[in-house]
Amino acid sequence: MIIDCPHCGSRDSGEFFMRGQAAGPRPEYADGQDAFAVYVYDRTNLAGMQREHWYHAAGCRSWLVVERDTRSHVVGSVAIAGKAVA
Amino acid sequence: MTKRYSLLSLARQAISGHRGWMPAWRDATPRDRYDIVVIGGGGHGLATAYYLAKVFGEKSVAVLEKGWIGGGNAGRNTTIIRSNYLLPGNIPFYEHSLKLWEGLEQDLNYNAMVSQRGIINLFHSDEQRDAHERRGNAMRLHGVDAELLDADAVRKMAPFLDFDNARFPIFGGLRQKRAGTARHDAVVWGFARGASARGVDIIQNCEVTGMVRDASGRVVALDTTRGRIGAGKVGMAVAGNSSRVAALADLRLPIESHVLQAFVSEGLKPVIPGVITFGAGHFYISQSDKGGLVFGGDLDGYKSYAQRGNLPIVEDVCEEAMALMPMIGRARLLRSWGGIMDMTMDGSPIMDRTPVPGLYLNGGWCYGGFKATPASGWCFAHLLSRDEPHPVAASYRLDRFATGRLIDEKGSGPQPNLQ
Repeated sequence: MIIDCPHCGSRDSGEFFMRGQAAGPRPEYADGQDAFAVYVYDRTNLAGMQREHWYHAAGCRSWLVVERDTRSHVVGSVAIAGKAVA
Repeated sequence: MTKRYSLLSLARQAISGHRGWMPAWRDATPRDRYDIVVIGGGGHGLATAYYLAKVFGEKSVAVLEKGWIGGGNAGRNTTIIRSNYLLPGNIPFYEHSLKLWEGLEQDLNYNAMVSQRGIINLFHSDEQRDAHERRGNAMRLHGVDAELLDADAVRKMAPFLDFDNARFPIFGGLRQKRAGTARHDAVVWGFARGASARGVDIIQNCEVTGMVRDASGRVVALDTTRGRIGAGKVGMAVAGNSSRVAALADLRLPIESHVLQAFVSEGLKPVIPGVITFGAGHFYISQSDKGGLVFGGDLDGYKSYAQRGNLPIVEDVCEEAMALMPMIGRARLLRSWGGIMDMTMDGSPIMDRTPVPGLYLNGGWCYGGFKATPASGWCFAHLLSRDEPHPVAASYRLDRFATGRLIDEKGSGPQPNLQ
């Protein structure tokens, strides 16, 4: 699997570490405990294209949002996490 | 209907040229409705059906399988059985399972090739010895056998290990003598035969495509590729794909699907005594009765529904094998394959009711599902039939993540690719 890092170019997935699905914003304190339990533990666990957080550990050390098909490992768009719309 | 297998039946067949063997179980066509429908014809689903019929007296049970029985993770595991866990929620369950394994062949009248050759978990430092001692003590406090071995004792059993490795010297091992291996296909076929003989309909090529719910939200029927099937209760035993099946009832689970690879070498003469695990990485190995060295290691590291693995893990597993037992470099790798694991957020399974009435979940087995097969079936049958959890599986609640009652053996947190 090759990931096109916006900073470093096409690099082998071995340089990266996957954190998990890019699941949207963290709940606020006022949202309560249940909202945090859902945020921390529950997963959509799609079979298909999903947006994920990847860390380019052996490269530019940026967090990226990578679009990837979980059935075929085809990589779609790659964006820098801070700039991607959550 | 099903004839009992015995020495006499074997002799009778031998005289008549083995022309009289009948199929071991019935390939059923679906009826309109069942009291209990189990989704998933793997080891867990079939064991559930078997114990539902045998122990809990259920008369109307079906098992739906999207492909052929035993074609998923039941056919992709490394066949290890053991109960060497650390935490109270886990030990009684896995010990119940190991006890069922010990009597399984007599119970099923089927040779599952259960072979209790023992497991040795190696440790490579003083700290790791302490951790293994603690685990061994926890096991013994629960009445499970455990034995701490020093390096010399391990050397007597497995002289081929690289004891004086510069980075990972072997200090000793924690042994569970009653652990071992079983023949995965025979387990599936044995449970299928036992269930079928007790009236369970095993329906293959029948993928569930939708859940039909009444006004109260209760699941009352399943839409399948072989038509609509009514159900009093529905049990999901589809580990690897639990999230996808649960999504049919609009549920989100604390599960991520990951691929785990396994490997087998060419057949060799007996060389590995039982199961050996490497403590300085993630590597385990045993030898099948056919002679192949069966081994595996880490998850691929990212979520996957592809039933195949990546090459970096192949390299990683082979490196660990070489670090542990250099002699393995002479063996040729025959095959490698991948299976999809339900990885939960604490590394322990889930067996519980769901928020959807009439729908029950048995999943999240991470990479430890095979050894759990009989107890998983027994306890899930208990849950389905009596609508209350079996005492040894009562900790495997779906809401434990929200309530903080996690069973995290490794302490790696809600990060499945680190477990």
